[in-house]
Amino acid sequence: MIVLPRTPAVRAAVRQGVSVSVATGLYGVSFGALSVAAGVDLAPTMALSLLMFSGGSQFALVGVVGAAGTPVAAIATATLLGLRNTLYGAVVSPLLEVRGWRRLAAAQLTIDESTAVAVAQPEPTASRAGFWVTGVGVFVLWNTFVLLGALAGDALGDPRAWGLDAAAAAAFLALVWPRLAPRRAQLVAALAVVATAALVPFVPPGVPVLAAAAVAVVVGLVAPGDPGAAEAPADTGDTGDADREAAR
Amino acid sequence: MTTAALWTTVLVASLACFALKLAGHLVPRSWLASERVSRVTTLVTVALLVSLVVVQGFADGRTLVVDARVPALAVAALALALRAPFILVVLLAAATAAGLRALGWG
Repeated sequence: MIVLPRTPAVRAAVRQGVSVSVATGLYGVSFGALSVAAGVDLAPTMALSLLMFSGGSQFALVGVVGAAGTPVAAIATATLLGLRNTLYGAVVSPLLEVRGWRRLAAAQLTIDESTAVAVAQPEPTASRAGFWVTGVGVFVLWNTFVLLGALAGDALGDPRAWGLDAAAAAAFLALVWPRLAPRRAQLVAALAVVATAALVPFVPPGVPVLAAAAVAVVVGLVAPGDPGAAEAPADTGDTGDADREAAR
Repeated sequence: MTTAALWTTVLVASLACFALKLAGHLVPRSWLASERVSRVTTLVTVALLVSLVVVQGFADGRTLVVDARVPALAVAALALALRAPFILVVLLAAATAAGLRALGWG
């Protein structure tokens, strides 16, 4: 679809994208099985998975349907959880530089995983590779496994038994790891942990991530500018090879 | 919910979710060009990723739990400190959680 130079950074981004796609995509089994169990037939389950394509929102919608909630409640919950994708879109859009139908495709593929892999790369070419490999990879695998889960129910087994939930958590940790060197990033990371942990019990899933982002915005705006903060690799197009190696 | 209501719910919610994604992509680049905005974006990236680690590693619905994911994350952190490659970090975490659960914990 898009030809990319095969630099070491691009290859690393592709490998990360594939790992994340597999860990996330297999989880589609859970959604497919849960959705059918909640009374959503195969066709609407697949429509939801292909058209909405945002795990948190999908789980929330069938949860409301399964609990005999109203259409308005189901739509409102799914939409609220999808709000973080607006932020993701604004963050990845400058990295992608796409127009026309590709922009529509990029929007549909904008989810936690594709954004996480894209923003963690040391250079824009690698970010583009990471975004598209992860977005397309998760889309294909997620929808395939939703179909399998919807058809087979729980016969395929629990993805947790394979440690796939831990794999996804570890993937996010590995993506943020190289970005934690600056003191200010460490401060924001600590605040993000506190904000997320404090909010998880009280707000719908998906909202704590937005709160953590809001905390980072506040820190970024009130803290005085310093050269160290501006040197994060993903924001400079001319990162040197030494930095790139260090970031990998 | 009737079949018609269910389909309406699915289609309207999907359209709303797509519109939210597209809205982010349509934010003018000039809004994002300043040095201050790029500093904020860098920090937002860190916050988003860390928050996803917490949610994916400790949340079970709206409850915070300590299960097999926590030792798996500790193993992942150790592997990262030892500069293990990405795929190895992910596999070690999965193996740790799967192993503990096979033994009946978490």
